[in-house]
Amino acid sequence: MEEKKLYTLLVYSENVAGILNQVTAVFTRRQVNIESLNVSASSIPGVHKYTITAWSDEDQIVKITRQIEKKIDVVKANYFTDDQLFIRETGLYKLATDKVLENPEISRTVRRYEASITEVNPTYTIVMKHGVTEQIIDLYRALDAYGCVLQYTRSGRIAVTRGKQEQVSEFLEEREKGLRDKG
Amino acid sequence: MKDKITGSEALMLALKAEGVKTIFGYPGGSIMPVYDALYDYTRGNKKAFDHILVRHEQAATHAAEGYARVSGQVGVTIVTSGPGATNTLTGVADAMLDSTPIVVIAGQVPIGALGTDAFQEVDLVGVAQPISKWSYQIRHADDVAWAVSRAFYIARTGRPGPVVLDFTKNAQVEETNWQPQKVNFVRSYVPYPELDAEAVRAAAELINNAERPLALVGQGVELGNAQEELKAFLEKADIPAGRTMLGLSALPSNHPLNVGMLGMHGNYAVNLKEQECDVLIAIGMRFSDRVTGNVKTYARQAKVIHLDIDRSEIDKNVKTDVAVVADCKTSLPALTALLKKNDHSEWRASFKELDEKERVKVIEPAIHPTEGPLLMGEVVNTVAEQSADDAVLVTDVGQNQLFATRYFKYHHKRSICTSGGLGTMGYGLPAAIGATFATDRQVCCFMGDGGFQMCIEELGTIMEQQAPVKMIVMNNNYLGNVRQWQDMFWKRRKSFTRMMNPCYELIAQGYNIPYQAVTDRKDLAAAVQKMLATKGPYILECAILEDDDVLPMTPPGMNVDDMMLEI
Repeated sequence: MEEKKLYTLLVYSENVAGILNQVTAVFTRRQVNIESLNVSASSIPGVHKYTITAWSDEDQIVKITRQIEKKIDVVKANYFTDDQLFIRETGLYKLATDKVLENPEISRTVRRYEASITEVNPTYTIVMKHGVTEQIIDLYRALDAYGCVLQYTRSGRIAVTRGKQEQVSEFLEEREKGLRDKG
Repeated sequence: MKDKITGSEALMLALKAEGVKTIFGYPGGSIMPVYDALYDYTRGNKKAFDHILVRHEQAATHAAEGYARVSGQVGVTIVTSGPGATNTLTGVADAMLDSTPIVVIAGQVPIGALGTDAFQEVDLVGVAQPISKWSYQIRHADDVAWAVSRAFYIARTGRPGPVVLDFTKNAQVEETNWQPQKVNFVRSYVPYPELDAEAVRAAAELINNAERPLALVGQGVELGNAQEELKAFLEKADIPAGRTMLGLSALPSNHPLNVGMLGMHGNYAVNLKEQECDVLIAIGMRFSDRVTGNVKTYARQAKVIHLDIDRSEIDKNVKTDVAVVADCKTSLPALTALLKKNDHSEWRASFKELDEKERVKVIEPAIHPTEGPLLMGEVVNTVAEQSADDAVLVTDVGQNQLFATRYFKYHHKRSICTSGGLGTMGYGLPAAIGATFATDRQVCCFMGDGGFQMCIEELGTIMEQQAPVKMIVMNNNYLGNVRQWQDMFWKRRKSFTRMMNPCYELIAQGYNIPYQAVTDRKDLAAAVQKMLATKGPYILECAILEDDDVLPMTPPGMNVDDMMLEI
């Protein structure tokens, strides 16, 4: 059994209804859980970008990637390990303002983690932290130890590649040049 | 300004533009506007299509599959929404696993009623997506030309497959300015990957240095229409070739390099030789578990070359040393050009001893028995001999399929319709109906008593169309394949495999189809002769030994060289 790692899939698709279902069904059928999922418009008009993380071995993630790319309206699918990507996630922490005022350590902790306070009112204080998973979870643990956290949530991952990977826009340009496949 | 037409009439024009001749269908509430348009387009001066009214929507999809498999054209099915649509799903899944190009057009409630649990509303696109190549809902009449052209383009190109169009009723009645469309490009879909010259060179080097090469020929060769290219490839390097069940007619049975059928009930020598070859060349096949047996021990000694049009097949089940991802119509000639002429007669001769073992132990007793009740093997062999190996073989699923595929002979390409991947009982009869609309050759359909009854309602279609299907019902009063497994692996506990049969003679009479029964060996040849000489449909019921077993057999999950010649 190969070692399981956290892989990130970057999937580009046409902006048509029902693709998300098709993409997630590929994972479900193989009993692989999606850890996080982010979908948004990409820089290419009409093309959506999916950033999906999942624990898997390489054999399995290769098969999943190919099955996803096989879907008619999926333009490209590639998988990456963390070292190949620049990764960001966002954590939101809703803290009790009275606790924050009572204990100056809380504000210091927020600064130490390079998080920012984005909204304050007499009831709650919103702290926001950008980073990678561990940093965001660490800050939660640190704040939670002060008993001040009312709510906490962490976003899905977004990522761009570090290396010179195949550019989707180049692929599409190449495709459009041909403008015809036999058959 | 052009006259406006309805979405339904636009569908007729779009189907006509795709060259559709035959439609297998069944009307219903949500597809009535289309059927109303079809009324004009199936008669008189507008006539463009023959519409074959089936008796169940599942059969419409299997008939479309049989039609597609034999003709190489896209099979077409039109049904209504809800149950009409869900009834097609078995055929859609079957076509997906067996790479068969069909387009299913189903009615749907009007867009205003979508999501309201309206009468006969089902989320067809949602349920069809994982089992189809593409599924799409047509919501407006203006979309018809584009959607239909795209559907046919996707169904027939690349690795073929089923496409589902969910046609809302408002789109069927709305008006549109007819603008013909021809889709031959989808930017996100690469049907014919570009041949990688380096991969071809690497494959050629492996083959040129091989001492014991073995080719595995799949349906991809038929789908790519590369039967001649295959022959040239095999002949130049003198490579013995086994064929998958779906690839049986890709290489004629009597070709000297043909070494038989692969798989659980395939031929003995080729199964054992998969464990001895030094280079394994898979061509348009997908290493199904029914071919590989225990995949962990399968061909571990061999370098594996995999030629396939579908990149997702590479390394899916068997790890590949060299992958050539392209249409085999392109990749085979490129590879052949780099091959040395070779002679592997010694290697090929080593198959003979094992072939002889199988012939003596399995084949002769199966096709030339001298006592006891009739056997399936001898029935198949008699039909094959008397049809001068010229017929199209259609099978149902189970022992009938395994005996039929083992003992039938193939001289022409595209001569077999069988449900290989999904193993759909009930496939045979409707697929045979579809096949008769694609060829003038004899269509011989072998079925067991179980599978015959799963789509037996299609006798109505056969009666109405006078479809010349030669139905050979091999009746052993058992669901024979499961019974065989119960005997072998489940302590002979025959749990619900014995089946009471109706009087098929009376059923045949009810449908006014000629019928003959054979119980005695001495009557078999004459009965088959009479069946083949009779114009139109015919039912030949053969009373088969109840515990006739299919051999040889590799028990499920075992190694391919654990194949048993006897139980």
